Amino acid sequence: MAELTYRDAVAAGIAQEMERDEDVVFLGEDIAAAGGVFKATVGLLDKFGPERVRDTPIAEQAILGAAMGAAMTGLRPIAEIMFSDFFAVCWDIVVNEIAKTRYMTNGQINLPLVIRTANGGGLRFGAQHSQSIENWAMMIPGLKVVAPSSPADVKGLLAAAIRDPDPVIFFEHKALYPTKGEVPDGEHVEELGKAKILRDGDDLTIAALAAMVPRAVEAAERLKDEHGIECTVVDIRSLVPLDTQTLFREVSKTGRLFTVEENPRLCGWGAELSSLVSEEIFWELDAPIVRITTPHIPLPAADQLEDLTIPSVDRITDTILKSLG
Amino acid sequence: MAKKTEKNNDDIGEDVRLALYRSQQEVRQLEKRAYDLFLQNLIKGTSHLCIGQEAIAAGFATAMKPGDWSFCTYRGHGHTLARGASMTGVLGELMGRECGLLAGKGGSMHLTDVEKGAMGSYAIIGAHLPIAMGAAWKAQYKKTGEVAVCFFGDGTTNIGAFHEALSMSATWKLPVVFVCENNLYMEYTSIGDVTPVEHPAADRAPAYGLPKIIVDGNDADAVYRAARTAFDLARAGGGPSLIEAKTYRHHGHSRADPGKYRPDDEVKAWMARDPIPFYRQRLLDFGVSEASITAIEEEVAAAVNVATEEAKASPPPSQDLILKDVWADGGWAWRN
Ligand SMILES: Cc1ncc(C[n+]2csc(CCOP(=O)(O)OP(=O)(O)O)c2C)c(N)n1
Ligand SMILES: [Mg+2]
Repeated sequence: MAELTYRDAVAAGIAQEMERDEDVVFLGEDIAAAGGVFKATVGLLDKFGPERVRDTPIAEQAILGAAMGAAMTGLRPIAEIMFSDFFAVCWDIVVNEIAKTRYMTNGQINLPLVIRTANGGGLRFGAQHSQSIENWAMMIPGLKVVAPSSPADVKGLLAAAIRDPDPVIFFEHKALYPTKGEVPDGEHVEELGKAKILRDGDDLTIAALAAMVPRAVEAAERLKDEHGIECTVVDIRSLVPLDTQTLFREVSKTGRLFTVEENPRLCGWGAELSSLVSEEIFWELDAPIVRITTPHIPLPAADQLEDLTIPSVDRITDTILKSLG
Repeated sequence: MAKKTEKNNDDIGEDVRLALYRSQQEVRQLEKRAYDLFLQNLIKGTSHLCIGQEAIAAGFATAMKPGDWSFCTYRGHGHTLARGASMTGVLGELMGRECGLLAGKGGSMHLTDVEKGAMGSYAIIGAHLPIAMGAAWKAQYKKTGEVAVCFFGDGTTNIGAFHEALSMSATWKLPVVFVCENNLYMEYTSIGDVTPVEHPAADRAPAYGLPKIIVDGNDADAVYRAARTAFDLARAGGGPSLIEAKTYRHHGHSRADPGKYRPDDEVKAWMARDPIPFYRQRLLDFGVSEASITAIEEEVAAAVNVATEEAKASPPPSQDLILKDVWADGGWAWRN
């Protein structure tokens, strides 16, 4: 085990896969010579050369179109969209082209590609560089959607995404880049579509994603230490495919579900989880499901405002205490 | 085989010319059949015929090698057929039958035949320019020698993806050939009314460090020569080309459009420049016999008839297909 930052785990995951498969290529803005605006891809250009690690112009449709064309002809490209907000300028390629082509062509075309992007808030960047858009991606048939919360998962899930034969949107959380964690030595590959139980408790279940995971864990610790409440925390990790079996099992065990979502409220991923739990294991619930989300607003920039907007440890703890009565 | 005449023994040669004529005939006759099947309500939805523009599809496809890739738009029946897709597969797809190229899952605007290098028909304006570029990137990186060819309309030169793809392809010197089929209209609006330059593609080429290339898109020989030159350049590592082929569609934009916004004298002038009778006359001038030309026409007509009957006889697609092939494992599961 070595301790790595979430940021370094990105480069480690890409390097691991580029070493084992020369069809893996990587493109995006400022990713090669500069090592990425978040410094998550430092060293890849030196290691793999400019034919495999390519700086592009500011042309998001070109970046994703190139990834798609390369994937359909046999490569396994990784494309970076610098901030997930910029998906809005190339959403056609994602939604109409990448997501639908396999189905429309009756399976003639495979698109083994990964789109990495820096998602989420917490860095005071304001409403156009801080959005959590995992729910945009989740609602499109034909896309796999992954959002890791730890360095080990960054490496292992990114490797899995690169090996996956289908298009994967890989949401890195920009507030997590400096965080550290143990990453297994040697080749590390996780399985897509498996949630992870981070804490086991009998009183209630919290489902969280990406940067909301460490907050949920901290809230759970506080609830135990200060109130003796035992929480199960499930890191959802992959929205598509979704590990409903783990979710159902953990909700059935405690009878209560809280979701902690950074996306704005409407149609957030927790709404789908709530719907599934209500439809399929309603009688296992002891109380209504509670969703803790960013309010349905664009994100404000200032420290105090942004901190009050995105679900915080305080808000998670308070909401849970209030619901328990 | 009759002895080749001197005229027909030039850089193109008689065999290629006969192939060009056959290809144009196939596209024309198949599109006419598609039109008839519409009127019989056997083809639903929409459809964008390329009648009048056949010389471009024939010229490029004939110059392509089997491993090369073509990318086209919703106006793509001709381009798909010209790469060698089966007539039954094309008509079957238009009719929503099991025998369709995509077993009915794509429809008229998405014809694809990967085995033949027809890498898809794209119905969102501009999207396939960067995608074709990506295929060319694969050829460059793997040094495998393929060329990607991307067909689009005059209207497409005004959308952002055009600029992004041209700019990046030229910078990366990718083996991709962009072909603007300038049929003078974007849907119902004259391209001149919405574009600041006279030649919507060619006049923009210098902005990407590319030469201005304009060809007569109604002369299959001219198209074929332009294609050959661009492919040679691409395969030699010389980067992309942007070719503007002047042409005209004989019908409206799509099934619903009678094309009334076009001046009568303009339509008349272009109908007189129909690429197929024009090419037929060239074959005669070059010494090809009337009998061998007629034989091609009759063979194509017979093939279209056979394809029509096969497509009509084909059942609707199996309902099982609805939930198939979202993912590479053949399924659609989004949860366990
Ligand atoms: C992004 C986008 N905008 C608008 C349309 C609607 N539309 C379909 S075809 C077309 C005209 C395109 O004209 P052109 O590129 O000249 O191609 P042509 O149909 O003449 O072959 C338009 C506006 C579309 N499909 N996609
Ligand atoms: Mg046009």
